[in-house]
Amino acid sequence: MAVHAKGCLDRGEKPLDNVVSAVSMHNITKRFGSVIANDRVNLEINRGEILALLGENGSGKTTLMNMLSGIYFPDEGSISVDGRDVVIRSPRDAFDLGIGMIHQHFKLVDVLTAAENIVLGLKGRLDIKGASKRIREICDAYGFEVNPDQKIYDMSVSQKQTVEIVKVLYRGASILILDEPTAVLTPQETEKLFAVLRNMRRDGKAIVIITHKLHEVEEISDRVVTLRHGHYVGDVATRDTNAQEMTNMMVGHAVSLNIDRPDPVSPRPRIEVKGLTVRSEEGLLKLDDVSFIANSGEILGIAGISGSGQKELLESIAGLQAAEKGSICYIEDDGSREELIGQDPLKIAEKGVALSFVPEDRLGMGLVADMGLTDNMMLRSFREGHSVFTDRKGPHDVAQSVVEELSVSTPSLDTPVRRLSGGNVQKVLVGREITTAPTVLLTAYAVRGLDINSSYTIYDLINRQKQKGVAIIYVGEDLDVLIELCDRILVLCAGRVSGIVDGRGANKEQLGYLMTQVGGAAHAK
Amino acid sequence: MFDFISFIPRAVVQGVPLLFGSTGETLTEKSGNLNLGIPGVMYVGGICGVIGAFLYEQSLPDKALISPVLAVAIPLLCCLLGSLLMGLIYCFLTVTLRANQNVTGLALTTFGTGIGNFFGGSLIKLSGSDVPSIALSATSGFFHRSLPFAGKLGWFGKIFLSYGFLAYLAVAVALISARILRRTRVGLHLRAVGESPNTADAAGINVVRYKYAATCIGSMIAGLGGLYYVMDYASGVWSNNAFGDRGWLAIALVIFTIWRPDVGVLSSFLFGGLYILHMYIPSGMNLAVKELYKMIPYVVTIIVLVITSMRNKRENQPPQSLGLAFFREER
Amino acid sequence: MQNEKREPLIHISRRGEISWQRAFAIRALAIVLALVVCAAVCVIMTGENPLSIYGTIWQGSFGSKRKIWVMLQEIAMLLCISLAVTPAFRMRFWNVGGEGQSLAGCLACAACMILLRGILPNGLLIPVMLIASVLAGAIWGVIPAYFKAKWNTNETLFTLMMNYVATQLVAFFCVVWESPRGSGQIGVINLNTELGWLPTVGGQKYLLNVVIVALLCVAMHVYLRYSKHGYEITVVGQSIKTAHYVGIKVEKVIVRTMFLSGALCGLAGFLLTAGTNHTLTTTLVSGRGFTAVMVSWLAKFNPIVMILTSFLLVFLERGAGEIATNFRLNESFSDILTGIILFFIIGCEFFVTYRIHFRRGDSEAKIHV
Repeated sequence: MAVHAKGCLDRGEKPLDNVVSAVSMHNITKRFGSVIANDRVNLEINRGEILALLGENGSGKTTLMNMLSGIYFPDEGSISVDGRDVVIRSPRDAFDLGIGMIHQHFKLVDVLTAAENIVLGLKGRLDIKGASKRIREICDAYGFEVNPDQKIYDMSVSQKQTVEIVKVLYRGASILILDEPTAVLTPQETEKLFAVLRNMRRDGKAIVIITHKLHEVEEISDRVVTLRHGHYVGDVATRDTNAQEMTNMMVGHAVSLNIDRPDPVSPRPRIEVKGLTVRSEEGLLKLDDVSFIANSGEILGIAGISGSGQKELLESIAGLQAAEKGSICYIEDDGSREELIGQDPLKIAEKGVALSFVPEDRLGMGLVADMGLTDNMMLRSFREGHSVFTDRKGPHDVAQSVVEELSVSTPSLDTPVRRLSGGNVQKVLVGREITTAPTVLLTAYAVRGLDINSSYTIYDLINRQKQKGVAIIYVGEDLDVLIELCDRILVLCAGRVSGIVDGRGANKEQLGYLMTQVGGAAHAK
Repeated sequence: MFDFISFIPRAVVQGVPLLFGSTGETLTEKSGNLNLGIPGVMYVGGICGVIGAFLYEQSLPDKALISPVLAVAIPLLCCLLGSLLMGLIYCFLTVTLRANQNVTGLALTTFGTGIGNFFGGSLIKLSGSDVPSIALSATSGFFHRSLPFAGKLGWFGKIFLSYGFLAYLAVAVALISARILRRTRVGLHLRAVGESPNTADAAGINVVRYKYAATCIGSMIAGLGGLYYVMDYASGVWSNNAFGDRGWLAIALVIFTIWRPDVGVLSSFLFGGLYILHMYIPSGMNLAVKELYKMIPYVVTIIVLVITSMRNKRENQPPQSLGLAFFREER
Repeated sequence: MQNEKREPLIHISRRGEISWQRAFAIRALAIVLALVVCAAVCVIMTGENPLSIYGTIWQGSFGSKRKIWVMLQEIAMLLCISLAVTPAFRMRFWNVGGEGQSLAGCLACAACMILLRGILPNGLLIPVMLIASVLAGAIWGVIPAYFKAKWNTNETLFTLMMNYVATQLVAFFCVVWESPRGSGQIGVINLNTELGWLPTVGGQKYLLNVVIVALLCVAMHVYLRYSKHGYEITVVGQSIKTAHYVGIKVEKVIVRTMFLSGALCGLAGFLLTAGTNHTLTTTLVSGRGFTAVMVSWLAKFNPIVMILTSFLLVFLERGAGEIATNFRLNESFSDILTGIILFFIIGCEFFVTYRIHFRRGDSEAKIHV
């Protein structure tokens, strides 16, 4: 079967306008329980072309590609590669057909080295030295930097992604699928990646990039296929379309991209962070001398490459992270101060600091996945009262009102939250966090994975809290949203504050630059 | 003066079943399966060997006609077959049917010790012996035969050459396993399966096949520990429940050796030594204190467990997906 | 390779919801199948016809009034230890040390009976015995919990090793308190004076134990389901990160829950030594600490369902024991049968959770199971 891969490489030499089909998928349907993830989808992938697979989260892009890479097996439909009908039963089959996928959650074994990961699954005698040599050759050819002997757990996200790409190339894949490859990269790293992808296109490889970022589609792709709610919507050449049209295809109706930004309500200092320094358990410096003030009635955005210390910053304020140095002061309306460092969430609450926290890991941290809505509402309040027994009446009413006010769609209040969709899970979590009438609201990636409508519901909720005078710290990844939503944006880079800019008038290039500026050289290493 | 020349061989002899058990369990755990059924597997390995040897000895009109090759081969094959079946039961339940590994393992131990004691007891009755044990001295003789010159080379012979062939096999299997794990592609794939089956799967490794193979081979190796115990250590005498808790100690030893069979060689002999230490500590006529000394291996295991957990290093952790079932389409 | 378009014969997917009737039917079917296989094994071993084998199994538990009471007592003791380990399991703390914790309780109880006889009046002796047993069990449970909480020490092995430490400790005291001298056994404690023996209630030796365990069962259900502690245990078991996030002190919950778990095992030890057996041996708990793991797991950690699962296991074990005696087989036969039945029950959960599709060629026809 390896013959396929080789044959295809040769064909890639043909001129671009002579379209050579690499893969066609016909009438593919995939169900998960009662949910239809893909409904009779058709897709053509051509050689020497970068195809963008566009769609909101949950539109079935990843599921469709997983069937090509052998992770899932379609319930119905057929796939052909190079004009031949094939059955892809496992990743091995996919890889024999020259199909390689770079998953959003990297498929790497942490305790193994880069080289060991790259040769994983291949046949023949194990020759790490020989493999390392070939890895270096591939790296030189495309301009990557990988140390074959480095353990994966010692690597940064972009290094891990590089290993993934080298792995696919090492196997001689001629059809590459990248699942949201830029989600974890800085603008500069993204540029580098795109340059590599263009090189590969020139080599005649077929490339699919899954994304929901329109500007990336415009920048890199030749053709764009859109999925919506598991349905195939359209297939157009990128040069014949524009952002507005793509948005319409993606969401089904025109939406204004404008996010409301009410003016701050009598801002006064609420949280004062001074010289905060935090180390991880392994002793790595996660936050380095971070200082800022968050005001009431204002949204303070936090931008940065993922892993720049956002998580540690929020968790320090919430009392979940031990700090090495520095102070975090909560300032009451009357000017009195409470030190939050060294406290746990319970003690912070006992001091009368009404702090709410919407963590990044919703089902793993903010909620208990196997519990129903009522029991999840109890998480914050179950200690109330002197009885040894829990009160379920109150939380039940709260759950009821959250469901009604935020229009959460759920079969019942006892349905385990893991069964709800991402947007509904987030509504439940945010709903619970704001029912406690907080004075400080911390949110991490509040709209990650949410469709556009749910995202706007969340922006709206956050803005309403702001107008109530709550100090909001909003950690985000989409710079467009940060610029439109936040009053001020603090940029973190490798654990340090590289700048605080006014949201009104900020632009992406400036933020992107700040995200890599301080210690930028150290990060690239 | 502590008598090392008699102590070390006895410690080694005690350690060999543990070494087989822990090597087998290490291979199993490297595939992400925590097989708590190892004690049962070792019982089955032992009793199957006993049944094979018993039937062979009974089929001969005269003990003198016994063929050395068959006397060794029959029990060995029976033992491997029996423990293979146990491994298959475990795999079918936990890998194919994705059952909880802890519970399956405990059930397998109940089942295996039941098989051992039941057939052991039945054979005892069949052989019409008046003591509650069964002796296969002829067969045991072949398992027990030590290397040449063992008797002539003084302390050296005693410490290094005085064991039956299964003891050397145990060391060889452990060292080979360690090498396979570290240096070969099969070993690399197995480690990947145990760390992250989804990654291994995406890389085109047949996770189910690796889990089956590692667990079944692990079971067969562990089964040899049972066989060694009856045929060599106990001189062919099967008595019910005599194997005791060695299976559990073998599992504990896996943590002790941080999932490295080569480390297992010395540590299992050390454990063997701890197991019999109570016979070497002078306690006079006080029988009660002896019972306290028998606690030593368990207490040491606990201490080691605590110490290894206190200084945790990335490389010394259990395989990351240990105890979890694998399903490609899990969401 | 000729037939490229070969679809997998069997394809498995996770079920959405399953009705409880259907789930129940699957489990019942598994038990029936297990019984058929067991009968087949028995027929091979004994040559009897299957019906008489089922009859014998029934006889083993319900054959006489005495047998029914013995069965009730067995259920009560197994249920007691199962209830004890359940809070730990709900916290995902794999406490396989029920055996040792119960034995520690037995030891403490026997120690009081032997050392304090004649010093304390019976009315005071029994409460002291109770407290000592419960505390001993609790200590045995808290030690591994402390290390788990502090350094995440593997609790499965730790509790397992604690079993053997307890066994050796009991062996030690069996020699120290041996009676008669040189026997290495303790025999029945206070045989003549009956000091420290629990009173017989309603003329039935086992009734008191059964009643106590029944009450405990209800209490445990309420504790896990409705109390704040129970809620904390569930949160810790589901996600330690969530527990930290809402300010639950995970270390405290682990230690507290294992204190409770051990204490109830200690209570089981007390009931064994003071209530029914009036002695101390290393095998007094007779493996119930391990069987309890099954009972609890099979019941999905639900105390009320555990009445059913402990009945099932005791019923089978006594039935298999009866077969062994009647057909003069070795008593370990019951372990084999128990093992077979457990395999079936463990295996059938797969069919509750997953759905299997069989494909036939490339036609559209599919069979769903």
